[in-house]
Amino acid sequence: MAEGIKDKVAIIGMGCTKFGERFDASPQDLMVEAFVECLADSGLEKKDIQAAWWGVHMPDISVGRGATILGTTLKLPFIPITRVENFCATGSEALRGAVYGVASGAYDICLALGMEKLKDTGYGGLPLAGGMGYKMPLNSFNLTAPGGFAMMATKYFSKYNLNPQDGKMMLAKISAKSHRNGALNPKAHLRKEVTVEQVMNAPVIAWPLGLFDCCGVSDGSAAAIVCGADMVKKFRPDPVFVKSIQISVSSGEEMLYTKWDGAHVEPSYRAGIMAYKEAGIKNPREEVSMAEVHDCFSITEAVTMEDLQFSARGKVKDDIDAGRFNYDGAQPIQIDGGLKCFGHPIGASGLRMMYEMYKQLQGKADKRQLKDPKVGLTHNMGGFPSMCVVSVCIVGK
Amino acid sequence: MVGIKSYGAHIPRFRLDRNIMQMALLFLGFAPLRGEKAVANWDEDSITMAVAAAKDCLRGEDSGKVDGCYFATTSQTYSLRQNAGIIAAALDLNTNCRTADFTDSTKSGTAALLAAADAVSSGSLNNCLISAADCRVSKVGSNGDYTYGDGGAAFLLGKDDVVATIDGSYCTTHDFVDRRRLEGERLEHMWEERFIRDAGYMKFIPEAAAGLVKKYNLTAKDFSKVIYACAFTGAHAALGKTLGLAPEQVQEPMLTTVGDTGVAQTLMMLVAALEDAKPGDKIMVISFGQGCDAMYLTVTDKIAMIKDKKAIKRNLANKVALGSYEKYLAFRKLMPCEIGIRGEETIFTSFSIISRESREIYGMVGTKCKKCGTPSWPVQRICPNPDCGAVDQMEAYKFSDKLGDIFTYTSDFLAPSIDPPASYGFIDFKGGGRAGLDFTDCDPNTIKVGMPVELAFRIKAADEKRAAINYGWKAMPIVA
Repeated sequence: MAEGIKDKVAIIGMGCTKFGERFDASPQDLMVEAFVECLADSGLEKKDIQAAWWGVHMPDISVGRGATILGTTLKLPFIPITRVENFCATGSEALRGAVYGVASGAYDICLALGMEKLKDTGYGGLPLAGGMGYKMPLNSFNLTAPGGFAMMATKYFSKYNLNPQDGKMMLAKISAKSHRNGALNPKAHLRKEVTVEQVMNAPVIAWPLGLFDCCGVSDGSAAAIVCGADMVKKFRPDPVFVKSIQISVSSGEEMLYTKWDGAHVEPSYRAGIMAYKEAGIKNPREEVSMAEVHDCFSITEAVTMEDLQFSARGKVKDDIDAGRFNYDGAQPIQIDGGLKCFGHPIGASGLRMMYEMYKQLQGKADKRQLKDPKVGLTHNMGGFPSMCVVSVCIVGK
Repeated sequence: MVGIKSYGAHIPRFRLDRNIMQMALLFLGFAPLRGEKAVANWDEDSITMAVAAAKDCLRGEDSGKVDGCYFATTSQTYSLRQNAGIIAAALDLNTNCRTADFTDSTKSGTAALLAAADAVSSGSLNNCLISAADCRVSKVGSNGDYTYGDGGAAFLLGKDDVVATIDGSYCTTHDFVDRRRLEGERLEHMWEERFIRDAGYMKFIPEAAAGLVKKYNLTAKDFSKVIYACAFTGAHAALGKTLGLAPEQVQEPMLTTVGDTGVAQTLMMLVAALEDAKPGDKIMVISFGQGCDAMYLTVTDKIAMIKDKKAIKRNLANKVALGSYEKYLAFRKLMPCEIGIRGEETIFTSFSIISRESREIYGMVGTKCKKCGTPSWPVQRICPNPDCGAVDQMEAYKFSDKLGDIFTYTSDFLAPSIDPPASYGFIDFKGGGRAGLDFTDCDPNTIKVGMPVELAFRIKAADEKRAAINYGWKAMPIVA
């Protein structure tokens, strides 16, 4: 009988680059930057790492495929390395691989490293990079990331009878909140506060989403070193324990069948249920102290609050208006600034989110430090609301 | 007796006011014609306009019985790859279907019609679909630039239940060079307008008309409507007098509302005439190219059965001002435009995928579960209904003729497009099934969740590196 991974594995070191339009840095520069900080934080030596999981979503525009680039860049000495890719959950998949490697008993100490270099394409938004196969352009729509999520905003507004003005106001408050947090974070890409009015009046990217409803497009890398819980005291006094890591993937019924309401993300809901069960969480609204969720677009954060059961269905607006998710609210969300301010170098994002949870639980989050958080959650959603991969990771002391 | 069982037409939604052209082009000279011309949307070409006309024509007909598909154009998309084959695939016609392209002359539309009539008459085909469409481009400021309009027409020919019998024809051929274009050239060359008018239309149209009435022992007075091609408004009116016709016998040529639609001109006029025809009416049609095809038809009492087919009237009323000559140049790729570096990322067109999955990609044919009745697009092997999940219990299910409602949508400025924003969304179909589709012929400001749509076969994207124009079905708000 499977018993899950709760408290079997601990995170003992993490690193995260400055995110941004890193026109100064090669992909390898970013990987080394994250790794050097991570290794120093763990206090280990490179030879202690027994296996590694490497996450990059679009290697065809940066470093190429396979695992060799991690080994040759970091000079890892012939250890097992696996490259993983699972849309925007790629960074969390790398962590899951490393955690499972330790939890299985195969290894004592593993590395997870994610990186993405998006800004070598010459244009804004996520690169196309042929990522959907040869057939996609032949029988699908002219879909972009903001367009795919804008359709969920349209449907959410329609389902809950929000006129465009009220709907955009709800979303604008989400972005303004994240910008306020990001302004305090030296590693964030976007570090300016914006007002709700600025967000609402920004140029439309994909109706109803405007410029400030969209996360930045950035380069970055982040890394984690994990070890077995039984040996963690050898390494540091303040480890962070993994309570659960779960993934849920669309079954096709959202896109192909007509029951899905278009105003929520079913795999987010399912991954949340699985993760809460594994972590032993009964009431997520009360028990999860803080979360970094996949706010690729403001609407994604809004529906994720409902999918993860932080807010009741159709009621997230009430919680937003009440300031529940602000830094000084009952359940701070995107305390580091989120994808909104960090941008979304895909392979790195899941690990970047975990970096903030790790620092907050250790009490090392500087100006952003929350008061005694107990449980942190990270959530990635990759693909489109109609067809996606969702990861939920829960960590605690 | 062989005749027309059904008809359809398509006029694109955009109109370009020739005064706007004149303002942009005054430095080159004066406009030869006033009024407006119909302009194909950026995602239309002769193939898509033929499909639109043919879809209208086949509405209510059994397309499974169509055994011939002829297409006429002088603005063929492919010069090697049968255009009629693409039309047959879009309409999901049977594979045991005779297909042919008729091209190179503006009289090719009537040539296709007469060839289809002969095939049906001889018994070698039972139900032959013919479509004709042109989307011609001409040098900036040229006569053609001003006068040409875009459009298409389609007819289903058969022997039973015909709404008009095709009773006779008289054809002439002259190697008369009004317009010409060599293989590999995009823009055509035109000879002197006065020559084309006086030594062409004014000479050959009367010759063909006289030949036809003499051959069948008829007179001009026998015809309710006479349809004849002519690209000049003045000459068109003069020809009516030459032919001895009263004004009400002359079918209006739509030169100032649609323009000269090349191969489709006389056939679109024939559709317009049939929309208003009464049983017993005789209609003469004379096309013009390198000589003329003249024919005459007699309307039967079955015309009352398809009185809901009014594509010309409906499309003449359904118009949106393009408002800009520059936009027209951009749509026809006569002017290089910046659509962003994102737009330079070329899709790779795999013709093995297109060939293998043509019914799905071009025909918009998905699957329907025989166990629970759930329709799906694209094609599925395993039923997506979570309460069913049947494996390999699917039958083919055509979505292209289904209506639907907008489930959700966006209008996207990031997506590369020559006419941003690109609108698209999910459609829930009447009868079941959901598909994510691009939208076309819609105003981004008026789209609403729940808005009813129909499907239109359009260009999705050009992959010029691989000599590919990729087509697919898009959602379009229904025009009442």
